[in-house]
Amino acid sequence: MKHLQEKAQSKPLGESLIVQTAVRMMIPFIQLFGLYVIVHGHYSPGGGFQGGVVLGASFILMALAYDLQKTFGYISERTNAILGSTGALIYTGTAALCAVLGGYFLDYSALAKIIPMNPIDWRSMGIFLVEVGVGLAVMNIMVSLFWDISSGGKMDEGL
Amino acid sequence: MKKIALLATLITGAILLYSTKDFAPWGDPHSPASVHVSNVYIEKSVEQTHVPNIVTAILGDYRGYDTMFETVVIFSAGMAVIGVLRRPKE
Repeated sequence: MKHLQEKAQSKPLGESLIVQTAVRMMIPFIQLFGLYVIVHGHYSPGGGFQGGVVLGASFILMALAYDLQKTFGYISERTNAILGSTGALIYTGTAALCAVLGGYFLDYSALAKIIPMNPIDWRSMGIFLVEVGVGLAVMNIMVSLFWDISSGGKMDEGL
Repeated sequence: MKKIALLATLITGAILLYSTKDFAPWGDPHSPASVHVSNVYIEKSVEQTHVPNIVTAILGDYRGYDTMFETVVIFSAGMAVIGVLRRPKE
């Protein structure tokens, strides 16, 4: 018993085999659920913000159970920043594209001039595009906030 | 100074509590909030946007500006934190 206690004290907090295995098994399901919440926002509670937060939480869980370097193997800082900016750009870009195509700003039915479809259906489709952008932005900004704050900006091991 | 602050807080709280008497009853269909645009959303949102979830239709379409700038606020907050905290490796 004493031996186990000493062993537990010498290891860094959170470096537990049980926690790491459980997290490794949970993460794919958490990410699948996040994607489901984003794409199913039209039919059930959910949408870009909630789904993006769930997706970001999966990476934060990984960073807590392992360390920051492990998460960089899956999503590097550069990819993270690019994806986050792309998310914000998808939303504003879709809105601006509607204005360029002759509709109002954020009036998705104007997009029917690119891909012929029922304008009403395009409004539904435009909401989906926008939700994907919101999800990307929220996920990556959340992950980068955690990286920066937990390591004090040094991006070494984290908590 | 603390006593003045406490007094100001108490008075403001009392005024706010007093003003809740003028609120419409909970779930009143004739309250000002329920007769303005809510009915239009409930009746027309499915036929105007083909989205079965009214909340998503309002958030993504009718109130698109709000959601857009929410995203922009989150994005700029993240960029600000990166700009303040991130430092290069020595």
